[in-house]
Amino acid sequence: MSPLRDILRRGDPAIWFAGTGLGISILMISGMIGLILWNGLGFFWPSDLEEFTLKDGTIVMGEVVTREAIPAPGTPDHLKRFRLQVKAGNRDVSGADFRWINEDEIAARQIPRDAVYVERREYGPFIGRPVKLVDGDREIAAGVDVIAALPPLVDKAHDDRKAIRTIERDDIGAVNYRIEQLRLEQRALDLDAVRRPGVDQTGARAAIEQQLSALQTEYEALEQKRATAVEAASRARITLKTASGEEKDLPVLDVFRFFAPNQLGAWGRTQVYLGRVWEFLSGDPRESNTEGGIFPAIFGTVMMVMLMTVVAVPFGVLAALYLREYARQGVLVRIVRIAVNNLAGVPSIVFGVFGLGFFVYFVGGAIDQTFYPERLPTPTFGTGGILWAALTLGLLTVPVVIVASEEALAAVPRSMREASLATGATKFQTILRVVLPAAAPGILTGLILAMARGAGEVAPLMITGVVKLAPDLPLDGYFPFLHLERKFMHLGFHIYDVGFQSPNVEAAKPMVYATAVLLLAIVVLLNLTAIIVRNRLRKKYQTSAFS
Amino acid sequence: MTMTETPTRAADTVRRTTAGVTFAKPPAETAGEAAIRIRDANLWYGRNQALYDITMDIPARQATAFIGPSGCGKSTLLRCLNRMNDLIDNVRVTGEFLVNGQNIYAPSTDVIEVRRRIGMVFQKSNPLPKSIYENVVYGLRIAGIRDKATLDEACERSLRGAALWDEVKDRLDESGLSLSGGQQQRLCIARAIAIEPEIVLMDEPCSALDPIATLKVEELIYELKSKYTIVIVTHNLQQAARVSDKTAFFWLGKLVEHSNTAELFTNPREKHTEDYITGRFG
Repeated sequence: MSPLRDILRRGDPAIWFAGTGLGISILMISGMIGLILWNGLGFFWPSDLEEFTLKDGTIVMGEVVTREAIPAPGTPDHLKRFRLQVKAGNRDVSGADFRWINEDEIAARQIPRDAVYVERREYGPFIGRPVKLVDGDREIAAGVDVIAALPPLVDKAHDDRKAIRTIERDDIGAVNYRIEQLRLEQRALDLDAVRRPGVDQTGARAAIEQQLSALQTEYEALEQKRATAVEAASRARITLKTASGEEKDLPVLDVFRFFAPNQLGAWGRTQVYLGRVWEFLSGDPRESNTEGGIFPAIFGTVMMVMLMTVVAVPFGVLAALYLREYARQGVLVRIVRIAVNNLAGVPSIVFGVFGLGFFVYFVGGAIDQTFYPERLPTPTFGTGGILWAALTLGLLTVPVVIVASEEALAAVPRSMREASLATGATKFQTILRVVLPAAAPGILTGLILAMARGAGEVAPLMITGVVKLAPDLPLDGYFPFLHLERKFMHLGFHIYDVGFQSPNVEAAKPMVYATAVLLLAIVVLLNLTAIIVRNRLRKKYQTSAFS
Repeated sequence: MTMTETPTRAADTVRRTTAGVTFAKPPAETAGEAAIRIRDANLWYGRNQALYDITMDIPARQATAFIGPSGCGKSTLLRCLNRMNDLIDNVRVTGEFLVNGQNIYAPSTDVIEVRRRIGMVFQKSNPLPKSIYENVVYGLRIAGIRDKATLDEACERSLRGAALWDEVKDRLDESGLSLSGGQQQRLCIARAIAIEPEIVLMDEPCSALDPIATLKVEELIYELKSKYTIVIVTHNLQQAARVSDKTAFFWLGKLVEHSNTAELFTNPREKHTEDYITGRFG
């Protein structure tokens, strides 16, 4: 037999082919993950601030972001010369965050030790040199000394901001909430007057008026308190100078982070890095979602996935149980099974449209008419919200759960069921005590698949309740604590919004990577948890004959 | 039909087959008390008839063996006795199965009650994926008994009754699946007797076990006989001879012969029986 024939018979080419395919897949996946990780995690690292003096005299200072070859098709220079993209900040002064500098134009390049990077409330970062630090009229430090003198004041500013936010959110927020409730009561009275004319409402209305004016006074007092706090906190001000000489005056209250990167060693930079990562994970967004943190999006994503799982899994498991155990295995059951399998393949946007039409308009509208008539025409449940989004995604994932659960139930060996039944158990007891626990690993697989699918879908969410910026979280301290009618933020949508709808594309790019890293991490974490639980269950319920 | 040709040779073969076996001696007839009376039982799997007009009495507190070639209906009949055939679609049963005078196939019968009073041990041991303790008390729990003291006592009693107590008393919390094959089968027996049934059905309980485990289970059956009625389906003729008081021989869905074990093995009335136990077929 020729050697070629031997190889073909053994199937070596097929094995090589499969191996190559696997290798390429692994390369692609690890390449993609590596790219996302590198760009996403590298975003937070504070690099050197370089100062470029160009041949025409302009001075530019900032972080070097990328270096690329300049395309000049047709000329001999094509891709031979290079240019740098520099993040220079100072959008309010110079008009653009990012600047391109051709390497040929650079006359001098240095790393000044007194260059500072200031993260502030608006207009993006400020990159420049400190001039002076004042408190009211008194000058505290000037020039390079500002770098050492500022950090304690930045910490104080952080506390001040928190205190002011407490007054705004908690105190003023509570008053606003009560005023809102009273106005709704007034509206309810109005509607009542139409339904039952002739009933004397003057007493009720007078009481409401009284409470309203009391609240109004309280509001004004709190507002005053807030204004005073802001004023007191704004007495410390810092003056900064750009590389090209323009000066900018900022209240320290607006400063979020301040450091001189060129003076920091590895440890100092790591501290800045960790601080930034923490702010990313726990803070609120600023500057049209291109800065600050994405905590509301994290919260919204996780809460929606939880709600969706709570909706989809019990339904799915019960449906699978009925289909497999109780329904008579005839033509109808087969049709139902085929329908369920097909439902798993329907594009998610179709579910979104269904969710919009049925849940939002029909059910939500009905709820509004019945329970919240005084708020109309502003919809409460008749508009997108986290509940409708979770239900829509739940619908999307129920087929996955049903299919996986049915497989799991069918895999429970007959001998186990017979053992239970022969001891005098009813079918229900057998299912509850023997079949379901034994099928639990497979059902959990279904849950994992469902969660993974649901966490990744964005299209149906966009029309059933996700927004670019949500003022509140769906969970807060006000009754009923879980506000299912509120709109929410979502990491997947955030990536789309920041990446493609953002006014400042360059600033947004690294944010997109960072958010993608986070979304990957959350999905992996959710899956890992479910997998660990499933493996534990598998070990427990492994039968002696087969697992 | 009586033995016709070469009685000596047939008898020799029978003696050889059952050499070294001490025949079980049926206890003094307890006034012909029958645990189960089967009258004109027929069973169809769809269009195929599997049992033809079975009529027999199974005596109480004795062991009755069902023997016969594969496919003769002995397991099917056994499963009829605790209505396990209900689990199979397309099964139709006619005739009467009277336990304590009540037909267990009457429409008004509570199947759960039947299965509590008639326990079953299967061919391949099937402990539940729970701890040993939970396996044994499973029947009690589903009957609604929750008192720990009662359950503990029942567990010990059953495990002792199944000759397993000494081996597992220190590890009742371990999974039932961690036991060896023979131990698992004894666990299943313990589970069956924990609810104190009247009758225990055994469908080839030792076929998946090694000789030593088989021996242990056989000794167990011998002891259980005094308390429970046992019906055991077996392919192992020596086992049937050792353990059972009465033996019923089935062939192609019909009951061919049913008599005391010693008689059936040494002096079978029917030719088919003789052919079977001498190994001429089946």
